[in-house]
Amino acid sequence: MSHSGRSMRHPVRYWLVLSGLWAILGLLGVRATYLQVVASDYLQRQGDARYLRTVTDNAHRGMILDRNGSPLAISTPVQSVWADPPAFMRARQRWPALARVLGLQQRDLARQVRKYADREFMYLKRHVTPDVAARARALKIPGVFLQREYRRYYPTGAVSGHVIGFTDIDDRGQQGLELAYEVMLRSTPGKKRVLRDLYGNIIETVESVSLATPGKDLVVSLDRRIQYLVYRELGAAMEEYNARAATAIVMDTHTGEVLAMVNLPGFNPNNRSKLTSAAFRNRAVTDVFEPGSTLKPFTVAAALESGQLTPESLIDTAPGRIRVGTKFIRDLRNYGELSVAQVIEKSSNVGAAKIALSMSKEQIWGMLRRAGFGETTGSRLPGESAGLLNPPSQWVSIDQASVSFGYGISVTSLQLARAYAVLANDGVLVPITMLRRDAPVRGVKVMTRRTAQQIRNMLELAVSRRGTGAAAQLLHYSVAGKTGTVHKLISGDYAKDRYVASFAGMAPASNPRLVMVVTVDEPEARRHFGGQTAAPVFSRVMAGALRLLNIAPDIPQQGLRWAAPTTSAPPA
Amino acid sequence: MPRLVAVLTAAVLVMAMLVVTLRHQGRQLFTQHESLQKERDALNVVWGKLLLEEGTWSEHRRVENLARARLGMAIPDSDQVVVVDLREGAHP
Repeated sequence: MSHSGRSMRHPVRYWLVLSGLWAILGLLGVRATYLQVVASDYLQRQGDARYLRTVTDNAHRGMILDRNGSPLAISTPVQSVWADPPAFMRARQRWPALARVLGLQQRDLARQVRKYADREFMYLKRHVTPDVAARARALKIPGVFLQREYRRYYPTGAVSGHVIGFTDIDDRGQQGLELAYEVMLRSTPGKKRVLRDLYGNIIETVESVSLATPGKDLVVSLDRRIQYLVYRELGAAMEEYNARAATAIVMDTHTGEVLAMVNLPGFNPNNRSKLTSAAFRNRAVTDVFEPGSTLKPFTVAAALESGQLTPESLIDTAPGRIRVGTKFIRDLRNYGELSVAQVIEKSSNVGAAKIALSMSKEQIWGMLRRAGFGETTGSRLPGESAGLLNPPSQWVSIDQASVSFGYGISVTSLQLARAYAVLANDGVLVPITMLRRDAPVRGVKVMTRRTAQQIRNMLELAVSRRGTGAAAQLLHYSVAGKTGTVHKLISGDYAKDRYVASFAGMAPASNPRLVMVVTVDEPEARRHFGGQTAAPVFSRVMAGALRLLNIAPDIPQQGLRWAAPTTSAPPA
Repeated sequence: MPRLVAVLTAAVLVMAMLVVTLRHQGRQLFTQHESLQKERDALNVVWGKLLLEEGTWSEHRRVENLARARLGMAIPDSDQVVVVDLREGAHP
């Protein structure tokens, strides 16, 4: 046997080589086991860290749409430029070019990169235009990437700025409905793992860790057309009367939907770099004012409900003033003997006070409370005030008298609108909503149908030619409403020459569909009455809104032609 | 016994093939999903831009100015309005 013969010739060398080979094999095996079993996790992690990376995948925030589906807030995709600092550091000679494209100072850029040197991610510039993003991409700098983000755009701009609100740069709601319905609107960013090459460029998406889900669209109760109409007319009035501010709300009486809500001065949510937070306040819900005479209908309603008075009961208001405690309550002039209805029509403070003093405090307070004063409306708008309605136990007789004509009580415009909707709605208080209501909602009965109708008739007198709110009249439609003019309360004292003028009303009075509240803050002296400043706004907006909503005229005047629908084609 | 071994071996082989096929299919679907997502994103971008454009063109102030100035339109006077009543029996 030549083989064994040869091997036996050098047995020592044979075994030496063989055992050497085995030993090497054994070592390899041990090393392999160590790598595969003991150090596997660590190595896997290190490996992944070198070429796998998790990136966020943003989805868009839900749109805000008006009741007819026109967009009020849209998220548009924009690019943000970000860097992977270690990779970016190695491309130092390219920095000036990038800084130029992004419009950054080289020094600032260098400082930022140093600050984030040990991180994996830093923003270079957020929300750049598509053009800039394309140029930055074209530079092909290692470690520089684009990230899709979303920027909010508000097509209506200042027209609905306060009520819609806005979001911050991270797409989170900050004000208005954007904040109130943040949970619904916001999107959940997804995560996906990507493969990257030596320079950090993303080559391939490996898997998605979590899916990005876009936010849900929000359909709000606003009508963009009416919102614009209110904005335009309120702006014109503000300019004409040199007012400091103005607010208006239009509400659907049956559904409790807010169709328009405007505060002036407004702000453009698309460009708000120079504005302070005070400008963002939605004063229709956050700011309170003393309603003045617009509250009188509720005093009278309490009296009618108690059965003590009828609209025809007579009240002697002579000599145009009345002493309550140490204070005098005055009318503009001596109206003499007035019926309850005329107290509303002439807006007599003395009459209202006398009616109030004939009742118990609890009766008045109960009516105001049931009409929704002193509690928030549930609109969910941020910062909503509950107003102020002191409990009757704290009232002295002057409080009881003054609350009857709207002093010593503070309300928001939205509360006043809701309370007038009760009168419009035959005594049913329908919860207010800022969202479109598709199903009818149950209200709470807070006064009898008869009382509500009687009050409406009185409010119709108040806007008649002889009433204080004649400027609120409409052609072809009956109107019911009440003016209010109050001295402004400035640090606890009533200012002599500063007023809040308001008008609250509804149309068509025979079957009210819309309620509107207008307040004008500090109109120019001598034209400061609610009937002069706020009522004309009501009239102009209502005329347009009733037409837009196809509400039929209830008192067609001469000249209005009616026609039956025809199925045949119109004459050519 | 040998038969069992044969069956199990066959099963293992089939499983192995299935794993390979499914993995492959999974990857393919994922790429497809990715490309569809990209397409959707691109469409979304276009749609967003169009919405913005529409929003800008249809701004009420602009439309109103154009209607009044260029088209000479006006809100009709009350004697030009004809109410068409669709309610049953509402018409005299």
